[in-house]
Amino acid sequence: MGTANAAALQSPAEGYAAENYLNAKYGIKSWLLTTDHKRIAWLYFLSTTFFFIVGGLAATLMRLNLIQPQGLLLEPETYNKMFTIHGTVMIFFFLAPAVPTVLGNFLIPMMIGARDVAFPKLNLLSWYIFITAGMVLLYSVIAGGVDTGWTFYTPLSTSYVNTHVISAAMAVFISGFSSILTGLNFIVTIHKMRAPGLTWFRLPLFIWALYATSFIFVLAMPVIAITMVLVMLERFFHVGIFDPALGGDPVLFQHLFWFFGHPEVYILILPSMGVISELIAAFSRRRIFGYSLVAFSSFGIAIVSFIVWGHHMFVSGQSVYAGIFFSAMSMAVAIPSAIKVFNWTATLYKGSISFEAPMLYALGFIGLFTIGGLTGVFLATMGLDVFLHDTYFVVAHFHYVMVGGAIMGYMGGLHYWWPKMTGKMYPDYWARLSAFIIFVGFNLTFGPQFILGFLGMPRRYAIYPAQFQTLNIMSSAGASILAVGYLMPMIYLIWSLKYGADAGPNPWKAKGLEWETASPPPTHNFERTPVVTEEAYAYGSEPAHAATVAS
Amino acid sequence: MWIFLCTEVLFFGGLLASYNIYRYLYFSAFRTGSHHLAVVWGATNTAVLICSSLTMALAVRAAQMGKRNLLITFLVLTLIFGLAFLAIKFGFEWRHEYLDGLAPGVNFTYTGPNARHVELFMFFYFALTGLHALHMIVGAGVMIGLIIMAARGAFSKGHCNAVEIAGLYWHFVDIVWIFLFPLLYLIGGRY
Repeated sequence: MGTANAAALQSPAEGYAAENYLNAKYGIKSWLLTTDHKRIAWLYFLSTTFFFIVGGLAATLMRLNLIQPQGLLLEPETYNKMFTIHGTVMIFFFLAPAVPTVLGNFLIPMMIGARDVAFPKLNLLSWYIFITAGMVLLYSVIAGGVDTGWTFYTPLSTSYVNTHVISAAMAVFISGFSSILTGLNFIVTIHKMRAPGLTWFRLPLFIWALYATSFIFVLAMPVIAITMVLVMLERFFHVGIFDPALGGDPVLFQHLFWFFGHPEVYILILPSMGVISELIAAFSRRRIFGYSLVAFSSFGIAIVSFIVWGHHMFVSGQSVYAGIFFSAMSMAVAIPSAIKVFNWTATLYKGSISFEAPMLYALGFIGLFTIGGLTGVFLATMGLDVFLHDTYFVVAHFHYVMVGGAIMGYMGGLHYWWPKMTGKMYPDYWARLSAFIIFVGFNLTFGPQFILGFLGMPRRYAIYPAQFQTLNIMSSAGASILAVGYLMPMIYLIWSLKYGADAGPNPWKAKGLEWETASPPPTHNFERTPVVTEEAYAYGSEPAHAATVAS
Repeated sequence: MWIFLCTEVLFFGGLLASYNIYRYLYFSAFRTGSHHLAVVWGATNTAVLICSSLTMALAVRAAQMGKRNLLITFLVLTLIFGLAFLAIKFGFEWRHEYLDGLAPGVNFTYTGPNARHVELFMFFYFALTGLHALHMIVGAGVMIGLIIMAARGAFSKGHCNAVEIAGLYWHFVDIVWIFLFPLLYLIGGRY
C-alpha cells in the first residue's frame, strides 16, 4: 500500500524511535486507564497470553492422562473438568479475542492511517468487560470447575451436573459483550477513519478479514448471550426450556448454540486468514493474486457461516431435508476458503520468496489449514459424519483448523509485527526453529488423532481400550514437543525487549501504512495524516517511499 | 448505533424464536397461559409506549431546531411515559401474576391441564417482558442523562447527535414491545 512519503511522516529515524507510545508515560495508571489503542492491544496481549497458558495447562494434564488406557493421573470427573476448562478458555478467552484484539487493535488504526479507533473509551471498556468475564470464569474453575464441555449441552448442563455451570455461563455471557463492543468499534473505525485516498479496494486484506469478523461478532454473540441466559434461568428456576423431563426441548438448545457456534469458529479463523494474506504478500514481494476475490471470500465465509449450523446436528434428530441442506451449505463454505488457499499459492508463484520466521508460520498455516479444511468436507458429508461424529477425528479436524490455522496465523502475525510493536528484533534463528518445532509437534499431536477417530475412539473419555495406546502415546509425545515450541517464543520475545537489535521503521521492507511510521510508533501513530496513492501490496512497482509529498 | 440495534435484534431474536417454537408445539397450553394475562393493562401499556415514541420524536425535532425548553419538556414527558409503563408492568401486571401463582420458579401453583407447558409460557412471558423492562430502565437512565445535558445547554442546532441516537434506541425498544404484545397477549383467537 503505500503512500505518502516518508518525508510527510517526518522521516522516521532509523533505529529505535526516541519518543514513542511506550515511553510517553509511565506508571500503572497510564496503562490501566489508557485509551491508546496500542496500549490496549498490550493489555489484551498479556491477558490472552495468560488464558492461553491456563488452557494449555489443562490440555497438558489431559494428554498426560491419556498416556495410559486406564488414565494416568486424573479422576474421570477431573478429566471432564479439564477438557471443559480447555475448551472454554481457549475458544472464548484466547482464540476469539487473540488476533482481533491484539493485532487488530494495534494495527487497524495504523493500517488505515488513523490516530486511534473510532471509540477509544469503548475500546478500553471492552477490555474491562473481558477481564471481568475472565475473572468470573476463573472463579468457577477455582470454586470447583465445570464438567459440561465448552458446549454446555442441555439437559446435562441444566439439570444433571452439580458443578458451577451458572458462573461459567455467566462468564461466556459477559465475554460476548466485550466482543460485540470490539466488533462495533472496528466496523465504525473502518468505515469512518480511513486516510484520504485509502479506498475500500486499497485496504489491506487484514482489514477486510477483520471487517467480516466484526460483523460475525455483532450478529452471533447476542444469540449465545441469550442462550446462556436461558441456561442460567433454567438451572436457577427449574423451568423446562431445554429439559425434556420438564417439557422443554434439548434440540432447541443445540440449534441456538450452533447458530452462534459455527459463525464463532469463523471468528477464530478469519482474522488469521487476514494475517496470512499480509505475510504471503510481504515475503514473496508480490501483490496478492486476485485481491478482490480474497477480500470478498472473507465476506462469503461470514455470510455462509450463518447457515451451516445444522452440520453439528446430523445425529441429533433434525429432519433429513434439513440435513441435506446443511450438508450442502457446509460444503459450499469450503469454496471461499479454497479461493483463499489457491490465491495465496498463486501469489507465491514467481514471487521472490524469503523464509523469515513469519513466512514459515504462514506456509505452515497453508498446509495445516488445507488438511483441516478438507477433513471438514469429510465431516460435512452426512453418511460419513454418522460414523465419525464425536470421535477423535472431529477433535483432530478442528485442532488442525484452530491450532494449525488460527494459532499459526496469530504466531506469524505476532512475529511479523513484533518489531513494530516493540521496536526490537527477536533472534531470527530461534524464531525459525520454534516455527519448525511447532509444526512438527503439532502434526505429531493431532495426526494420530485422525487415525484414532477413524478407528472409533470417542471424544471426551478419560479412559480408552488398550489397542489405542500406541497412537495416544504418539499424540502425547507430540504435545510435549508442541509445548516446547510455544515456550520458546515466550522466552526469546521477552529477551528481545531488552537485548534485541533496533528494528527501524520497516525491517521487512514491507508495504503498508503501518511501516511508514517509526517503530515503536509515536502516541499519535503518524506525524501527519498520510495520503494513499497506490493499490495495496504495490511491491515491485517502485522503491518504497518515492511518492509525492502529501499534505 | 444501527449496528448495535442489529445486535439487539438478534438478542431478542433468539428468545422470540424459542418462544415461537414452543407456541407451535404446545399451542393449547400457551393459549391458556395467554388468557391469564391482564390484557387490559397490556393494551394500556401499548398506548403509553406509543405516546412516548411520539414525544421522543418531537424531542428529536425540538433538538434539531435548537429549541432548548421544548426539548426538555418533551424529554421529561418521554421519561414520565417510560416510568408509567414500568410502574404498570411491575406494579400491576407482575404483581397480579405473582399473586395468582403464575410466576415460574418463585410462586407457581397453577394445576390445570398441561401445567408444565403453561409454566413454560409464563417463563417466556417473564423472560421477554423482563428483558424488555430492563431495556426500558436503561432508556429511562438515558433520558435522565439527556435532560441534565439539555438543561446545561449541551445541545444546539446541528449538535444533537446524542438526542437522535437515544431516539433510535427508544423507538427500537418500543417496537420490541409492539411485537411482544400480540405474541404474548393476543394469541389463540381471543378476540
